[in-house]
Amino acid sequence: MQNRRVVVTGTGIVSAIGMNSSDFWNSIIECRPGIGPYDSAFADQIRFKNGADIKNFDASDIISKDDRDLMDRFTQLAVVAAKEAVAQAGISFNDDNAYQTAMVCGTSIGGVHAQEQTYFDLYRENKTRVHPLSIPKTMPNGAASNISMQMGIKGPVYAISTACASSNHAIGNAFWLIRNGVCNQAICGGSETPFTYTFLKAWEAIRVVAPDTCRPFSKNRQGMILGEGSGMLVLELLDAAKKRGANILGEIVGFGMTSDASHITKPDQKGAEQAMMTALRDGSINTSQIGYINAHGTGTLVNDTMEVAAVKNVFGDHAQDLSISSTKSLHGHALGATSSFEAIATIMALKNGILPPTANFQERDETCDIDIVPNASKEKNIQYAISNAFAFGGLNAVLAFKKWEG
Amino acid sequence: MDDKVFKKITELLVNKKGINKELIQIDSSFDDLGLDSLDSIELIADLEDEFNVNIPNTELQGIKTIRQAVDRLSKAMQ
Repeated sequence: MQNRRVVVTGTGIVSAIGMNSSDFWNSIIECRPGIGPYDSAFADQIRFKNGADIKNFDASDIISKDDRDLMDRFTQLAVVAAKEAVAQAGISFNDDNAYQTAMVCGTSIGGVHAQEQTYFDLYRENKTRVHPLSIPKTMPNGAASNISMQMGIKGPVYAISTACASSNHAIGNAFWLIRNGVCNQAICGGSETPFTYTFLKAWEAIRVVAPDTCRPFSKNRQGMILGEGSGMLVLELLDAAKKRGANILGEIVGFGMTSDASHITKPDQKGAEQAMMTALRDGSINTSQIGYINAHGTGTLVNDTMEVAAVKNVFGDHAQDLSISSTKSLHGHALGATSSFEAIATIMALKNGILPPTANFQERDETCDIDIVPNASKEKNIQYAISNAFAFGGLNAVLAFKKWEG
Repeated sequence: MDDKVFKKITELLVNKKGINKELIQIDSSFDDLGLDSLDSIELIADLEDEFNVNIPNTELQGIKTIRQAVDRLSKAMQ
């Protein structure tokens, strides 16, 4: 199936650093983080005060009230992002292509806002029932199903939940569905809205969230910063995209996934290495061809050191020639959605010849001694890049992208 | 105060982790006792609740022995 090349023809984003793809990319290249005090009635009861949440989100201009009533916040964000991606691609779905179109959405927890409301109603308010739409709103496939319903997509539609790697798994799955002839186009990506009291408390308890900001690779880094949002991509068969004169943004060429089978939270270097190598092998790419890596780069002491060590092992001497940056320093760690942001940032980096920065960098760490593009984006024309996601549960997913040059 | 913290640590490790009381010494490391990073976080959280103190996340990685846990908790309680 090597002749079934898969390209990206549309992107959509709703995030703390931009409510559309253009604003998102401008924030990235201008190194403007969206990290600050998050909006929550319970912020005074949480140890960490900062996040990359979306302020004043209102989908009423885009989604009807009747439809919004079926949707948790994470679904609304996903639908808005999907609509932008599809509009940008200039594609529509009808009887001729609906069953050859897929929708794969990554999310780690799905409709947590609706779920929280059920807890509140039962445990706090002592109500004897919850909202009748609690199930459709909380179910993790809510976003995928609603996008299918909104767009008329009738092919493979499903959700993938692999914690922080969910979107990479979703995009990789959609890529393989097209490459392997199951369908001809797909919307894929992820959505996550973690800013609820119970979920914030759970993150407080696992002690990995920074009190200040996200400083990947910096010696004084203190952990991750939670983010929220949705990123969606339209993938198409290259031949079909060219035939209809689509504006091609980039190409997906490889996907690799591994499981550490080691620890439920601590990442394993070997698992990360194998995921990168598998993605390169899937794309028939040599390590020397990679010019940029969008890191998992959470800003924890453990991940960043492990990731750089893994990159050095995989890429050998070439590790000193490539650049690696973590855009989580800008958009936060949006868990199941985050690698959709990173995929889009990587595609834009290849397209525009500008490497995203690692923001908030202050102090060099000897264990992270490669080019991490500190504090300012950098012009560099590269042909191939990869984007890493190494999740809790030891689940790793890596995507490989190629610059589209016609 | 140190005795009080050590006694509580011992109680938690015996009751929650099933560790033999005789193995829990002031100079035991968490590794010695078979505790990983998550066990360590859980232990510190229980101690914070018991003694009503807060230990910053940045210090958790530096607590790898019973003695370090006792010292840090005792300091937080002063």
